Amino acid sequence: MNGNIYQPVEMRIERAKDEAPEVRTLRLAFAHAPDREAFFRRYRVGMFGLYGVPGEGESTFCVASPPGRDYIECTFRRAGRVTAALLDREVGHPVTFRGPYGNHFPIESWRGKDLLFVAGGIGLPPLRSVIWNILDRRAEFGRVAVVYGARTVADLVYKDELAGWAGRSDVELVTTVDPGGETPDWKGRVGFVPTVLKEMPAAAPGAAALVCGPPIMIRLSLPVLSGLGFRPTAIYSTLENRMKCGVGKCGRCNVGGVYVCKDGPVFTLEEIQRLPQADL
Amino acid sequence: MKSLSADRLQDLAAALSAAGYRVVAPVEADGVVRFAPWSPGAAIRTDAVPVNSLKDVFFPPSEAIGRWRRSGDGFDAIETRPEAPKTAALAARPCDVAALAMLDAVFNWDFRDSFYDARRAATVVAALACSEADEECFCTSVGGRPDAAPGADALLRPADGGRTLIVEPLTDQGRDLAAAASGVLQDGAAAPDAPPEVRRRFDIGRVGAWLAGNFDSPLWKELSLPCLGCAACAYACPACHCFDIQDESGPNGVVRLRNWDACGLGLFTLHASGHNPRPDQASRWRQRVMHKLAYAPERFKVAACTGCGRCGRVCPRGMSLADTAERIAAAAAPAAGPAAGVPA
Repeated sequence: MNGNIYQPVEMRIERAKDEAPEVRTLRLAFAHAPDREAFFRRYRVGMFGLYGVPGEGESTFCVASPPGRDYIECTFRRAGRVTAALLDREVGHPVTFRGPYGNHFPIESWRGKDLLFVAGGIGLPPLRSVIWNILDRRAEFGRVAVVYGARTVADLVYKDELAGWAGRSDVELVTTVDPGGETPDWKGRVGFVPTVLKEMPAAAPGAAALVCGPPIMIRLSLPVLSGLGFRPTAIYSTLENRMKCGVGKCGRCNVGGVYVCKDGPVFTLEEIQRLPQADL
Repeated sequence: MKSLSADRLQDLAAALSAAGYRVVAPVEADGVVRFAPWSPGAAIRTDAVPVNSLKDVFFPPSEAIGRWRRSGDGFDAIETRPEAPKTAALAARPCDVAALAMLDAVFNWDFRDSFYDARRAATVVAALACSEADEECFCTSVGGRPDAAPGADALLRPADGGRTLIVEPLTDQGRDLAAAASGVLQDGAAAPDAPPEVRRRFDIGRVGAWLAGNFDSPLWKELSLPCLGCAACAYACPACHCFDIQDESGPNGVVRLRNWDACGLGLFTLHASGHNPRPDQASRWRQRVMHKLAYAPERFKVAACTGCGRCGRVCPRGMSLADTAERIAAAAAPAAGPAAGVPA
């Protein structure tokens, strides 16, 4: 008899960090070592999980932390019933987790290549696992650049980590906030992500760009990335369709011939362009 | 040749029940014929297509997939297993049996659904070949036949003008079923009845070709205009399998339920942000048709429609997949009359 694929494992909140208004990062430790080992045997950056509170339900977020830790982290904004319940939980409380599910970024194919990360607002968490995975293995990759923007300074997530990246000579970080979102002591750029992105250097041969953020930011960034020389097969993003099962059964994330939970969430721009655009 | 008198189906059910099978069959309650557990004395109706499909036996409308007991700030998981008694499904229609290919595929690609699989393994399916086809039936347009059920364990074939049912075991499970019912089966020849003519027909190849290139066609809006978004078609469908997961909680415990859902319902794809990728009924009806006749064949090599016609029988607005397919086939057809410039 097979096991129950809908049975989540138990996690314990080890740390909770408020990133931005109503945005929090939870660090979760596996309650049982075999669950942790099973997770890390399969986990690759880009995969997602279902985080839950029994009685409230489960919500789908990316795993925002890289492999090689003994915990996982997720960053989410209050949006509905489950995220509200997760925000109510305190350090030491249990929550549930299922995963890792889905495909992953092909980072092994990027060895020796330059990488450009483009994120807006709460679109940084799906890329943060990749950035840390690359930084953990820094020597294996080429130039790493991160362009990150938010509406206001308060809306930037991972502020401590941004400060850390800004201080590294092997990461080129550009942070920006939308006009009007700056504070008097803001040292970063003021301007929309696509505008700031135009100033980045042209793509080196084999370079990849990863872009996550609000749909409007992605839409306006794509032509800029093309202008920098990134081909649709070298531009990656994640789709964020509504999901319930996470394992290719419930039908909710089906768009075109694709099940986002199984074939995604990571897609190249070329793959996304082949999907029925009206259904995205 | 084993057979039984057509009016002795209840005796077959009783024999299987005595042999330890839970029997599910088309039974009438409150004037409605439903596929439901049979109990002694209940008549098995072979003259009406049940309003629900065989799917319900394997994938019930609602079932528990998780349970927890509360304890302080936490909760203790209670192992949740499928209820899967040994079952005989009697007199399932060939179209319903055909839909098991779709369900088997989706519940078992990569991740295996233990709830579905346990019931599938515990159930022997004895199909009933059709004696009639009504105006909603269209199995022959989507690869089916009214008189064959390749996925079944046994086939009951009407014979002698409907007076007799020939029992044809097709698998070991079907042979076990026949053996368990040997007391009510008789030996001897019977003349199988000719299968009914399924008059409703469309060219599925033509429909598929149109679907491949017309995602943005204005026809979708026209086709969907009557749709109320009630999802009756999805619930009656033997191949629809979308579901929702919802928690119900009480003072002491929580049960997590898997409930039928449907792509025709407005909340199905609604994001917590308020964005809905399918914001109107036209995009939802398109998804339903595309999933059944384009995406499922592409992905699982099987259509998610077997021509049972239930959607047409239950729709309060007279829509049906057959009607949509026929209108698509007509739209795909070249204009009437000789085409200019084409050599004869």
